[in-house]
Formats: sequence, C-alpha cells, structure tokens
Amino acid sequence: MKELFLQIFTSANLGFMMQGLWMTILISLGAIVLSVIFGSILALIRTYAHGPFRWLSRIIGMYTEFFRCTPNLLWILWIYFTVSGNKIIVSVGAITLFTSAVVAEIFRGGLNSIPKGQFEAAQSQGFSFLQTIVYIVWPQTFRKVIPALLSQVITIIKDTSFLRMIDIPEFMRNCQVVMATIYDVRGMMLLYGFEALCYFAICFTLSVVVRKYQRRTVA
Amino acid sequence: MLKGLFDLKRWTALIEVIPENYIPGFLMTLRTALAGLLLALILGVIFGLMSTSHNKILRAISRVYVEFFQNTPLALQVVFYYSCLPILLGGTGFRMPKFILGMMGVGIYHGAYISEVIRTGIEAVPRGQSEAAQSQGFSYLQTMAWIIFPQTLKIILPPLANQALNLVKNTSALALVAGMDLMYYTDSWATSRGYFAQAYFFSALLYFIMCYPLARLARYLEIKAIRQPVAKASLRKEIEEAVS
Repeated sequence: MKELFLQIFTSANLGFMMQGLWMTILISLGAIVLSVIFGSILALIRTYAHGPFRWLSRIIGMYTEFFRCTPNLLWILWIYFTVSGNKIIVSVGAITLFTSAVVAEIFRGGLNSIPKGQFEAAQSQGFSFLQTIVYIVWPQTFRKVIPALLSQVITIIKDTSFLRMIDIPEFMRNCQVVMATIYDVRGMMLLYGFEALCYFAICFTLSVVVRKYQRRTVA
Repeated sequence: MLKGLFDLKRWTALIEVIPENYIPGFLMTLRTALAGLLLALILGVIFGLMSTSHNKILRAISRVYVEFFQNTPLALQVVFYYSCLPILLGGTGFRMPKFILGMMGVGIYHGAYISEVIRTGIEAVPRGQSEAAQSQGFSYLQTMAWIIFPQTLKIILPPLANQALNLVKNTSALALVAGMDLMYYTDSWATSRGYFAQAYFFSALLYFIMCYPLARLARYLEIKAIRQPVAKASLRKEIEEAVS
C-alpha cells in the first residue's frame, strides 16, 4: 500500500494535479465574477424596465427561464463545438452564459424583497432613480443575496468537473490522466478519494461560510 | 453557434435521426430521472428524519452523508460508480447497467439535498407540537405522519420541486460515462456529423419540455405557500406580483 501511495503521489503527479486544481479555481472565479456582473445587469433591467421598455424585461425573462430548464453540460458542449478561440476562455464563457441566468434570478429575488417605501423615501429626499439604485437599493440587495451567491460558487466549482468532457486541463481531467497510468484498483480508489477530498475541502469551507452568513442575516 | 443554422439539409438530417437517437435518449433520461427522484425522496426522508432525531449517532451519520454528497461534484460520483463499483461488487467482467448507474448517481446526490429540505421543514414546526402529540399518546411515526408532515408540506414542496428540476438536468452527467441518455446521444450524433447547431438546439428543446412544467410547478407552489396566510385580496395581488 505504501509503495502504491508513493507511486501515485510523486511530486510530478502532485504538481500536475495541483495545476488542474488551480485551473478549476481560476475558471470558477472568472465565471462567477462575470456572472455577477451580467446577472446583476439582467436583474436590474428585468425588474425596472417598465412602459416602452417592457419587451426588454420579457426577453430577459425568457432567457432566464430557458437556461434554468436546460443542463449546463449542454451549453458547455454546444459552445465549445461552435465557437472558436481559446478553449479555456470559451468554457468560462459557456459557464457564464448559464450561470448569469441563475444569478439574475437570485438578484431579482433580492431586489423584490426591498420594500417600496425605500424608493419613496429616497425620492422625497431628492434622489434620482439611478442614485436610489446605486446608493440605497443595490447595497442592501447585495448583502441579502451573498449566501445564495456563495452557494452558486459551490455549484460552479462542482460543475467545472463537466469540463472534463471537452478536455480542459482542470482538476478532474488531470486526475484522470494520472489515473490512466495506474493499473491497480486500490490505486484508483485512492485517487478518487484524493479527488473527493480536494473538492470537499474547498466546497465545505465555502458552505460553512454560507451558513455563518445566513445565521447573521437571520439574527 | 449559429453556423449552418438555416441549412435545410441539416434539419432534414436531424429529423431522420429523431426516432433512433433522440427518442430512446429522451426516454432513458425520463426513466432515469423518475427512478432517481424516487430514490432521492426515499433517501431524503430517511436521512431527513435521522437528522431531526434525538440520537446523536443517527444525526452524525446523516450529517456526514449530506455534507459529503453536497460538497463533491456529481460528475466525480458518477465516474466513480462507473469504474469502481463493478469491481467492488462482482470482480472483473461485470458491468453496471447504465440505468442503475444514473439512478444511483442522481438519486444519492439529490437525496442529500432533499434530506436538508426535509430537515428544515421539520425544524420549522414548533417543538411543542410533537410534545403535545406525544402527551396524547401518539407514537413517533404517528406524530410524524399526522401532525408534523401535513404542516411541513407547505414549506418543503417548493424547494422539492426545484430539486426535481435540478435532478432532471443533472441526469446529463450520465453522458460522461456513455450513459445512453439524451445528452450522450446528442453529443455522439453531433460530433459524428458536425451538425452542432441542430443537434444541441433540439436537445435543449427536449430538456426544456421536461423541465419547464417543473419550473412552473415550483413557482406555483412558492406563490401558494406565501399566499395561504394572507387574507386580504389586495395584499395577495401584491405578493403575487413580487414573486412572479
């Protein structure tokens, strides 16, 4: 067993797998930052586009519904095969396209929970609509949705493992490459355990943070 | 993404492969999702009840199950079942049916989420209720079935519908192990012919057909759950607008 362990976790293998883990983290970070930007814009338009711009809100509604009802993996494959360019950037784009819809829904829930009185109060103090959003509504919304956003980060980190299908050198794919050099079942199990442990360490830490935040917002 | 989208030849090619590719894939995904949902509900109820029991060991077991399966990727779990379970169960040469693989994958994964849903639902009912029931001679199961469960239903149904929606989407992880599901057929046809726009568009449509009713159901249940205690019609309308 000890020999097997040393055979798998050589410094070269470990370095290779950690490179994959770093790639997973980078892709997740890129996707979540972009999704928060796009998602918040979409949510703001969808919530506040009235009158002549009502159609904009409709279109965004359709976009979010459609993406909510199709799997992430489908978009990853579709975009990978039809958009040319840097593979990693394309895959970040695919995850962003999917996650923006989810994040937009999260923000919309937050925006809807802000009482109308806040708008009226701001208006009575001479705030313009844009100022009300920037200084009053948005900070409150953002604080409210932080737990939901962090849960989404966990989902993204888990979903990056789908990128194995299109051979992005992320954590799970790199571990699979290492696994292909080992012909022992126990070795395979050991590696799967290692993979699970790494994902677990990251995601569990995040979920502890989520719970802490939730308790604070409730109290 | 839109390359060759309006090429009629490609669309006729798509229509030709629907009976042999898309329909079996669609049915496989549907069957896997239904069986997975059943398994997830069973596991969710068992572990959800365990996590609210007074026994420390049962609570710990449930905690470990929930945390482990929620915090590792489904793709990893499915690949693990695919490559390691046959060896553990029956030695070499034994192959797991893809249906069982898919059912286990999404069932165990979402069972962890459903267990959390049920735990929060039960904890939302005041403790005095079960104490009162016990003082009236109700057994544990009777308390759960007649007192706690009916009250908790309103709280747990919306997130349950959401879980069902995610479960259907997550059956696509089967494609990682050539699971003969919709995603797998789509992917294999798309890469063999190169008609990506058509293949994925149609597949997206089929997933949408499966998931959209669930999304509507989730929304409906959410509105209903908020609406129930509200008596005034004007307030009710306001809430509906806020949710929809």
